[in-house]
Amino acid sequence: MSRYLLRRLLLTIPSLIAISVILFTVLALAPGDPFEELATNPAIPPEVRANLRAQFGLDDPVTLRYLRWSKAMLQGDWGFSFVSRVDADKLILQRLPITLLVVGASQVVALILALVVGVLAAMRPYSLFDQVASTLAFIGFSLPTFFTGLLFILLFSIHLDWLPIVYRADISATGWRFWWEHAKQAVMPVAVLALFQGASWTRYVRSAVLDVIRLDYVTTARAKGLAERVVIVKHVLRNALIPVVTLVALQMPIVFGGAIVTEQIFRVPGIGSLLISAILANDTPVIMAVTFVFAILVIAFNLIADLLYGWLDPRISYR
Amino acid sequence: MDERRLRELIAEVKAGRRSRRDFIRLMVGLGLTAPLAAQMLASSGVALAQPKSNYKPTKRGGGGTLRLLWWQGATLLNPHFAVGTKDQEGSRIFYEPLAGWDPEGNLVPILAAEIPSQQNGGLSADGKTVVWKLKKGVKWHDGKAFTADDVVFNWEYATDPATNAVTIGSYKECKVEKVDDHAVRLLFQKPTPFWADAYVGARGMIIPKHLFGDYRGAKSREAPANLKPVGTGPYTFVDFKPGDMVRGAINMDYHEPNRPYFDAIEMKGGGDAVSAARAVLQTGEYDYAWNMQVEDEILKRLENGGRGHADIVAGANIEHIQLNNTDPSKEVDGERSSIKTKHPAFADPAVRDALNLLVDRKAVEDHIYGRTGIATANFLNNPARFRSPNMKWAFNVDKANALLDAAGWKRGADGVREKNGVKLKLGYQTSINQPRQKNQAIVKQACQKAGIELELKAVTASVFFSSDVANPDTYTKFYNDLQMYTTTMPQADPGVFMNQFCSWEVATKENKWQGRNITRWQNADYDKAYRDAESELDAVKRAALFIRMNDLVIENRVVIPVVYRPRVAAVSNKLHAPTSGWDNDLWLLKDWYRDA
Repeated sequence: MSRYLLRRLLLTIPSLIAISVILFTVLALAPGDPFEELATNPAIPPEVRANLRAQFGLDDPVTLRYLRWSKAMLQGDWGFSFVSRVDADKLILQRLPITLLVVGASQVVALILALVVGVLAAMRPYSLFDQVASTLAFIGFSLPTFFTGLLFILLFSIHLDWLPIVYRADISATGWRFWWEHAKQAVMPVAVLALFQGASWTRYVRSAVLDVIRLDYVTTARAKGLAERVVIVKHVLRNALIPVVTLVALQMPIVFGGAIVTEQIFRVPGIGSLLISAILANDTPVIMAVTFVFAILVIAFNLIADLLYGWLDPRISYR
Repeated sequence: MDERRLRELIAEVKAGRRSRRDFIRLMVGLGLTAPLAAQMLASSGVALAQPKSNYKPTKRGGGGTLRLLWWQGATLLNPHFAVGTKDQEGSRIFYEPLAGWDPEGNLVPILAAEIPSQQNGGLSADGKTVVWKLKKGVKWHDGKAFTADDVVFNWEYATDPATNAVTIGSYKECKVEKVDDHAVRLLFQKPTPFWADAYVGARGMIIPKHLFGDYRGAKSREAPANLKPVGTGPYTFVDFKPGDMVRGAINMDYHEPNRPYFDAIEMKGGGDAVSAARAVLQTGEYDYAWNMQVEDEILKRLENGGRGHADIVAGANIEHIQLNNTDPSKEVDGERSSIKTKHPAFADPAVRDALNLLVDRKAVEDHIYGRTGIATANFLNNPARFRSPNMKWAFNVDKANALLDAAGWKRGADGVREKNGVKLKLGYQTSINQPRQKNQAIVKQACQKAGIELELKAVTASVFFSSDVANPDTYTKFYNDLQMYTTTMPQADPGVFMNQFCSWEVATKENKWQGRNITRWQNADYDKAYRDAESELDAVKRAALFIRMNDLVIENRVVIPVVYRPRVAAVSNKLHAPTSGWDNDLWLLKDWYRDA
């Protein structure tokens, strides 16, 4: 096991290097210039732009820039944003809690929703409840989040005037009011993301439970006279959840990556909105930092998923 | 319109036969700026109407939180690095300049005790020295006194090439020295008619010496105060998250009585313009939203909610079509659109005139921009026209056809006109932006009726407006026959703006297409007028020169103006927010208040 872990960890090094090379080259080849606003403003002499480019090393060849970037990265220096001139890691840390809160909450809601609905639907397949749940699930994952987001805004903010459309990370209220306001503004983004995610997970849970529920050992458990609740929770769910757990673990990086579209619609100041504004401003160090963090997380959670799989299913061995 | 006519007009204002506002509007219609027009009046002895302050509150504070929505959030808070208006506005909450520009183009003192003039001895007769007197008793947010040292320091800071301040252009032409603790002297090398650039308006905000003094030049990025501004403005710094939120609290020591009205201020960033408009006009969550690049139809619908309205202020941004003077299809010395070539079709003025008649500006205004883009005339052919409140422009397909027929452009079998082997098949490029694509379609349709075939091209904005030397699709390379975009006039004076038609500014491979003359039009009369205007101290003569330049550009159909783009903001109906087209939205933030 520990040899397996070591091998997997060593394997991540070349993949991280490859990812960083690809990201760096793609960003270097992409059109656009972080100082393009300087170029279109006649009041700013062109020398300022030229100096800034030289100062930030943008005129150097890509290989040299990459080497410099990787050297700084090894020392823990993530570079600084060309736009705000703030360190990239500081920008990411500023945004991370909100993303974790909003996207994390939505994943939790989605998981609960998927488990409850999926199991109930699988217990009575093709019943009215199953039919309705399936239909809703299909609707849920076929509607893109930007659409449901706008729909929610139109309904809850504009027609009913219940919920705010702008998400504010800093709420000046204290005590219960603080929590109330936070909950109020988080409802819509969390719901939009949870419905989308929950819908597809429901389908997975349903089919996984259906696979297990007809097996002989379940019948045996019932024959022993165990209560239905115990049968489902202890015997069925535990086995049915193995593939679902992997699925959820693989989904985890997204929690950190933020939800670009949803964050943009509701003005949630998370990682996703940081990434999109950095891309629009050609702010390469920030794009690089965010995408690289994301790459690391994907690799890490892949590993965790593999390890979890073995823990849940002892038949799998690591060599 | 010549100098004599200008003087007559000024005399009319003086005699009270014409209103000041009317005069300024007229001048703006001639391509001048309101500040220049105000300067003409001031120098001709028309008393400056003391700007009336409509500020009602009688005590400081008590107004709650002012909520501003910027759909592109401020990313930095040092005015010397603030490139875009979003960063300037974020800085403007905390920092102030010596003076700002009001909507009529008048200078309004903020940190200055008075506006320099010849009468008060602030301006020298030779146009080379300006003395600014500073307001006394002004304190930085940390309690230190604001003095002339701070003012001089800002000049040192901005002009240090290693600082790479974007404000360098406003400061590099002068030297600044301290007269006493509350006065500074600006010394210009040449007679400078437009002296109110340094320390004024958006690029004139002043940062404290005691916090930035150690961070000049190459170390400028490391200053802690870059992210924690300490200024003189109506609100003190609380918190800043780049791209997301700027927060401030009331400055109880503000240097004007009873101001500011709000206890706190919040500037939230992110999202898109339409939902920002909704948050102000429809749900009322916010008090003010900036830069409403929203179709007028949508704005009007949102306004029906009755919670807010669109605030439209005239500026000098103009959406225009440029005609390439060089041949974009021929490559000379490794560059297309080389200055050594002539455009095969546009060399004939008839084609230029015809195109000018084929741009249906009225349709563009009515169907695309509404209140947010006002059709502009081919200003300047006939003085009588200017008196008409409805400036006229011609859209006339028949006349265009007649012109082309007379010039010998014959329709071929495919309906496209042709002369001496040159076909009137032209390329027309712009950035990807829905109103612009609609405009392209309108022009294409009209041209088709006149036997001109337009091939439309739309380039992603981030490529089109980039300065990427390797990319052939940038607007400065102009490898096409026609192109359209909005040119902005961030300055209050047309001096820098008008250099985009000077022959020495032509964008070429040699200057990496950084020259500002993109149409590559060269004209000796224009160059001379521009040179004369640079040192002409008589405001009226100088204005006449600018009008002459404008005249030349329009008469020669170097560009075809389409619409003026005023600045649009969404404002809550309860909020009183004086805005100006010649300065930042927040230029008079100290005077903002809300009806109880």
